[in-house]
Amino acid sequence: MAFFDAQRLVHLSTVDLVIIVFYFALVLAIGFYLKGQANTGEDFFMAGREMTAWIAGLSFLSANLGSLELMGWAGASYQYGILAAHWYWIGAIPAMLFLALVMMPFYYISKTHSVPGYLKLRFGESSRTLSAISFAFMTVLMSGINMYSMALVLKIVLGWNINFSILISSITVAIYVALGGLRSAIFNEVLQFILIWAGALLIPILGLMETGGWNGLKARIATNASTEYTHLWSTLGKFSDNPMGIHWTGIVFGLGAIISMGYWTTDFLVVQRVLSAKDLRAAKMAPVIGAGFKMLVPFIVILPGLLGLALLDTKLVGETQAIATGGHSYNEVLPLMLARYCGPGLLGLGITALIAGFMSGMAGNVSAFTTVWTYDIYRALIKRDASDQHYVSMGRWSTIVGVAISIGTAYLVMDFKSIMDYVQALFSFFIAPLFATVLLGMLWKRATPAGGFWGLLAGTCSSVGMWALVKMDPAAIRYVALSPYARDMAENMYRALWSCLVSALVTVAVSLVTKPKPDAELKGLVYGVTEIPSENYVSTLHRPWFWAAVVGTIFVVLNVIFW
Amino acid sequence: MKRGGSISIWFFIGISLLLNGLLIFGAGVYELIHPPKVQVALFRLHSSIWWGAILAVIGAFYCIYYAPGKGRS
Repeated sequence: MAFFDAQRLVHLSTVDLVIIVFYFALVLAIGFYLKGQANTGEDFFMAGREMTAWIAGLSFLSANLGSLELMGWAGASYQYGILAAHWYWIGAIPAMLFLALVMMPFYYISKTHSVPGYLKLRFGESSRTLSAISFAFMTVLMSGINMYSMALVLKIVLGWNINFSILISSITVAIYVALGGLRSAIFNEVLQFILIWAGALLIPILGLMETGGWNGLKARIATNASTEYTHLWSTLGKFSDNPMGIHWTGIVFGLGAIISMGYWTTDFLVVQRVLSAKDLRAAKMAPVIGAGFKMLVPFIVILPGLLGLALLDTKLVGETQAIATGGHSYNEVLPLMLARYCGPGLLGLGITALIAGFMSGMAGNVSAFTTVWTYDIYRALIKRDASDQHYVSMGRWSTIVGVAISIGTAYLVMDFKSIMDYVQALFSFFIAPLFATVLLGMLWKRATPAGGFWGLLAGTCSSVGMWALVKMDPAAIRYVALSPYARDMAENMYRALWSCLVSALVTVAVSLVTKPKPDAELKGLVYGVTEIPSENYVSTLHRPWFWAAVVGTIFVVLNVIFW
Repeated sequence: MKRGGSISIWFFIGISLLLNGLLIFGAGVYELIHPPKVQVALFRLHSSIWWGAILAVIGAFYCIYYAPGKGRS
């Protein structure tokens, strides 16, 4: 197997390679060090529920920084301009604050191990099974897709052989998660978070120095592209007025109210990190801390894309065109900016930041899969009364099996690239309906087990139905997304909105004609019958709502500044 | 986060920043003495030197403040 291909975007020096090798050695060392602290189920799957708000909050954010997050959204900002920042601001901040203040008390007080576990307590076994199987299936597939994406990036940027990249990264993740469980994943996610900032922050700093600040950057973009690329809201009045082909209603109601709410409040991949907090106040503070840092991420992701638009001599194009012409694609804007400013050492740290981002996402997927598999599928459906040690052992083995399936998926995607589109669409099918089910379950005590199950099923089926309709007849997008000019992004937003509404309506309708659970069984699970511990014993500066208000105010100010 | 005499996560982060900072700083100083033929944009700012120094100082602080045995988490 040849480790290096001849064509590559950047050339690493010895010091760069030392930095990358040191990163791999350190994450493995952390895994081996934490092995002795993952002996019980609570330790292995929930990190002992003793994380501080800072650790849980940074890990909560870092688990989402993986995938194609860094490079994909930098590429999107080159392609669509500052509109891509909506996925970091309105597409994240309100949902994270809502999780912290409204939903976290119920997750935490119920002492659930997972989101499907909460559904079991609230709606019964059938809802849990539906949610757990779909989540486990999708998570390992997504992990494989991420793995393939990472290997592809390393091939393009560094010329590394795809097989070599997949093996090295997946074996490293498998070792440190199997050894130390969630604690190891969280430790490494915090390390990776810091490295991502250390490696990527220099690009916007130097970029703004080169363009002469934000005004200089806007002037260059106006010359190279258009003034629309630097406005967040003012171009969203019509589908045809902005490069993304989207209307403000899709951004506000589809992305802000449904997709992001669904992802940040019910996707167990991120919620698991917060459940590891040491007490309820820490669990509420963690998403607020995560939201504070999430607002800053566009500085290292969106801004480099905009700087690329302003400064790069080469015109970047779509993936297909790049392959056909031998040019650079949008997704390469971040490594291109790295190569522009970073000499030996800095380049190694920048590449380490990219690798760390991919690995934290992969570890997040694997550790969430392991918990849901062991607690919500294996223990619930296959072996109910085994010892705690048995489940820890199952957790370690399922980590390795989960990584192995992910590797298989990575190779499957390599041969059938269209699978990537299908799986990402499949993943979105479950998020929006699940949000409606969980939210009604938490806030409306009249919601019944039958209502929860049928609502979830109907919402998922309606989402699949709308997707299939547009696949068979592209003109049907005028009905799903309310405009013939709508593009893929807009379709996703509206499909999420409708499927969430279907799920909510069916849950309500079925609940009204079926028998609810008695109040005594809903204690700790539902608003109105759950006693939320008072925070009067701490000062205002230590209360989650105070910091949520601070983050919320900054969020509004940022949107006004970049209007 | 630490438990029962274990090492704080911030100590690991300190080690990482310190070592990376020193390597980047060293590479920057080498380039200052032996300027490369092909230079990155804004080479005159010698970002490797000051960025490496910043990372090393932060890393050293974390290593000392969260050193094992000090009981900080």
